[in-house]
Amino acid sequence: MDALRTLLEEYNVLAAFWMTIKLTFFGAIGAFIIGTVIAIMRVSPVKVFQTFGLAYVTLVRNTPLTLLVFFAAFGLAITLQINLAPPDSPTFIVDNNFRWGVVALAVYHAAFVAEAIRSGINTVPLGQAEAARAIGLPFLPTVTTIVLPQAFRGAIAPLGNTLIALTKNTTVLATIGVAEPALMMRNMLEFNISLLYAIFFIMAAGFVILTLPTGLFFTWWSRKLAVQR
Amino acid sequence: MAEPEEPVSQSESPEDPPVAREEVGEPLVVLTDVDKYFGELHVLQHINMTVRKGEVVVVLGPSGSGKSTLCRAINRLETIQSGTISIDGDELPEEGKALARLRADVGMVFQSFNLFAHKTILENVTLGPVKVRKKSGSEAKNRGMELLKRVGVDNQADKYPAQLSGGQQQRVAIARALAMDPKVILFDEPTSALDPEMVNEVLDVMVSLARQGMTMIVVTHEMGFARKAANRVVFMSDGLIVEEADPETFFTAPESNRAKDFLSKILTH
Repeated sequence: MDALRTLLEEYNVLAAFWMTIKLTFFGAIGAFIIGTVIAIMRVSPVKVFQTFGLAYVTLVRNTPLTLLVFFAAFGLAITLQINLAPPDSPTFIVDNNFRWGVVALAVYHAAFVAEAIRSGINTVPLGQAEAARAIGLPFLPTVTTIVLPQAFRGAIAPLGNTLIALTKNTTVLATIGVAEPALMMRNMLEFNISLLYAIFFIMAAGFVILTLPTGLFFTWWSRKLAVQR
Repeated sequence: MAEPEEPVSQSESPEDPPVAREEVGEPLVVLTDVDKYFGELHVLQHINMTVRKGEVVVVLGPSGSGKSTLCRAINRLETIQSGTISIDGDELPEEGKALARLRADVGMVFQSFNLFAHKTILENVTLGPVKVRKKSGSEAKNRGMELLKRVGVDNQADKYPAQLSGGQQQRVAIARALAMDPKVILFDEPTSALDPEMVNEVLDVMVSLARQGMTMIVVTHEMGFARKAANRVVFMSDGLIVEEADPETFFTAPESNRAKDFLSKILTH
């Protein structure tokens, strides 16, 4: 207990996990938007879109997240000088790394979101789309008003999995210096190696507290929204 | 032909007057040399068919004869490899906005109802008018309720499709098609997925539509409906239109052997 108290006094554990929440929140929104667009492309009748969707999923899903994060922070931000924060701001480096980190998280997890939504689309009977087309709805309104609302309900459980993975994958951003728990853990280990187990315990407990309710909520939600047929 | 048997199904009552067959107008749906293949299978072979305004055409045939495919090809849910299909003078375009516009004028009633599972009954009926015809919500709602009343399910307006019986769902599907004020309605085996006791409630709605002069193309096995409401029976077999005749002639004196064979199989019970 003393060990825990020492650590909690010495390090701002809450701030670190608050960073996890922020990264997860923005990353999830980005991943959801990109993933939905990619999923629509994959089921669209236009060959070019189908190919692009497939290429995106295949490429991004099979690339390590660390690589994407490094590419964003070093390749795009430092080498190509593409900044997502005003360069003259005093918090420029922190902001720029945070934002590029969110972009990398969103781009990476969008591939998984797209596949989850596509599996949801596969649960919607073909007749639903046929009926929508038969009353004269073009492709996009058919997808957005008839297919996707039903597909999301079928995709909620896998989307929950992706969100949990995203929450834990935010730790990769420690490699580009985003002040989140993994970075904090590295500092703890460096200066308080004798408190090894307490440090691990704080990390594990923090993530369990974040992800366990997510899992329970998504399970409940998918039951609640299940479409009756 | 030798001795016409009495192939009257028990659901037909003799005192029901047949639908007036006079007010048949100009050609509405015209199929010219339509060919379709599923891989090697030639499912529609040089189909030529004209359906005129106000006409009720029943398409009969054994399963696998291509009758459902024909029905679905008319609003391009199935693409065809050659030939042309035109609706009210306009040839079916490629997939896109123009096709969507044309489809709005062609109602479709499916074997498996296909009501939008996440929408209420009323929303199912108003969705097309609001999203496609750009009618106001209240206008679509009033008309929707009127149509639901006409098919006898107005008291279910706020329920979801899964809460209704098959017969009720199919009547809603008919109301959904009517809400678009279509020029023609296609029925793809509308009663085949129904429990026997619900077949008549759907057929009654269809017969009354026919009486009101709606142009209908109906793929069905319901001989009673064909006799009662059809102007013409089209008999298909193996992707070909084998025979076309008015219902009385077709049921009592079929010309082709395929038709005789088919009728003997379905009318003996």
